Amino acid sequence: MSDIDFTKPLTPWQIVQVARMSGRPLIGDYIKGMCSDFIELHGDRVFGDDRGMIGGFATIGGERVMLIGHQKGKSVEENIKTNFGMANPEGYRKAMRLMRLAEKYHLPVIALVDTPGAYPGLEAEARGQAEAIAKNLTVMAGLRTPYIIVVTGEGGSGGALGIAVGDTVLMLQYAVYSVISPEGCASILWRDGKKAPEAAKAMKITADSLLKLGIIDEILPEPTGAAHSDPRAMVKTVKAAVLKCIKELKVLPADELVVRRYAKLRRMGSATL
Amino acid sequence: MSWFEKPATPSVRTPMEAIWAVCPACKSYVPREEWTAAQRVCSRCNFHDRLTSRERIDLITDAGSFQELNAKVTFADPLKFEDASGPYAAKATATVAKTGLNEAIVTGNAKIEGIGVVLGVMDFRFLGGSLGSGTGDRILLAAEEALAKRRPYIVFSASGGARMHEGIVSLMQMARTCAAIARLQGAGIPYISVLTDPTTGGVSASYAMVGDINLAEPKALIGFAGRRVIEQTIKQKLPDDFQTAEYLQEHGFLDHIVERKEMKAFLAKTLRYAGC
Ligand SMILES: [Zn+2]
Repeated sequence: MSDIDFTKPLTPWQIVQVARMSGRPLIGDYIKGMCSDFIELHGDRVFGDDRGMIGGFATIGGERVMLIGHQKGKSVEENIKTNFGMANPEGYRKAMRLMRLAEKYHLPVIALVDTPGAYPGLEAEARGQAEAIAKNLTVMAGLRTPYIIVVTGEGGSGGALGIAVGDTVLMLQYAVYSVISPEGCASILWRDGKKAPEAAKAMKITADSLLKLGIIDEILPEPTGAAHSDPRAMVKTVKAAVLKCIKELKVLPADELVVRRYAKLRRMGSATL
Repeated sequence: MSWFEKPATPSVRTPMEAIWAVCPACKSYVPREEWTAAQRVCSRCNFHDRLTSRERIDLITDAGSFQELNAKVTFADPLKFEDASGPYAAKATATVAKTGLNEAIVTGNAKIEGIGVVLGVMDFRFLGGSLGSGTGDRILLAAEEALAKRRPYIVFSASGGARMHEGIVSLMQMARTCAAIARLQGAGIPYISVLTDPTTGGVSASYAMVGDINLAEPKALIGFAGRRVIEQTIKQKLPDDFQTAEYLQEHGFLDHIVERKEMKAFLAKTLRYAGC
């Protein structure tokens, strides 16, 4: 994307391109760059170990946390393993297991969101993609430990939301978060997938729009030239923001945390409340 | 991913439609009178055709017991959305005028064989039963009513999924409704989900799939991703019964498939097991 001029405001469609850009920091980069320790915890205990969703114990700036997130790959081979960050039901169920473990051990959860969406496959349906995501939504809403979300790249629909209900939602400047991909929206509502740039604009999927809509709490600025131009600086920004959230939230009693989270969800995206 | 797809809506509009009904599933012609008397269940293939929310409420609840809640809660247009066919607000306003509904779900207090419940019934006629912010508000508020009154909560779903015209706000309804239901379940209050044709996309991946008991009507289409999207992704043909209620039950996601004519008695019986 050498044709993007970062000194000018980007269009929503340009931001979609940046959010998907190879070279943008992925979960592995965040783990390496901001955790002094990481112990990966594998498997959903039922079916398998989804490489499109990973998680484990992590230490960030001296704080012990549970870190989970979608995993995209950096190469074709990696992407075959990680399914381009599109998790299967066992991925969501692994995430749920780690959320509950975090609750038990009183660890804050940090969820890094970067997925085109939950995997739309025959096996995924057979194993209950819908049920897996739905269950996570109920678990996250009532989880008695702080839950912090960072949308780092693509926040693709239910596949993103399946790990993204919590106390604080941070979003990178050039990340996107939407109910459907701009291409998918365009092909349904414009009957032409090529109208994706229009759909991207109409759906208000960029960080500034989402902040105005009250869906996210804070925008994390990217380095000039976007995250891929200086991954280290980006990781540093995310680390500082996450630590600030942990410090704010960990002093709250669990009862209060859950009451606050429900109050937040009750208002968020309401037509009347 | 485009898990929101309009399910195929077979056209039943023929010049003969006053006399004949056409089963959307097997395409049989059934005399209209017989079709209505059978509560729109096909005598040939047992497909359970869509009901309006009003028809469903009449079938399920004790006569005269339904008291609607939050009837004034209606759609919002948080994105000021406009697509190739015009503004969402205009489309939604036209739907209100045409259907007499102002959201994709009707909620209220009701009695089922004398048992007090809070009931939500989706109506596919309102923008394909799509999940908008007004829909989410009604589902959430009805759950709060059930919690406050300690009454069981029953939701009949019929939805193509998210309401794209409300964008991310539509997606958030999945989280909001599930949060309200999680509180009910935490308080030990029964929540029964009934999935009817169709229940897909974001509705299947939120409140419809997390019942203490998940029920469905025979042959209902139930699934997360759209059939076409899956076929394009995996480049293979899907089995004929894929994403039917029967397929879902076989794979462990539904407790029971219940015939329409048995539904009221089945719900009452289940609620008595739940101590109601
Ligand atoms: Zn039939």
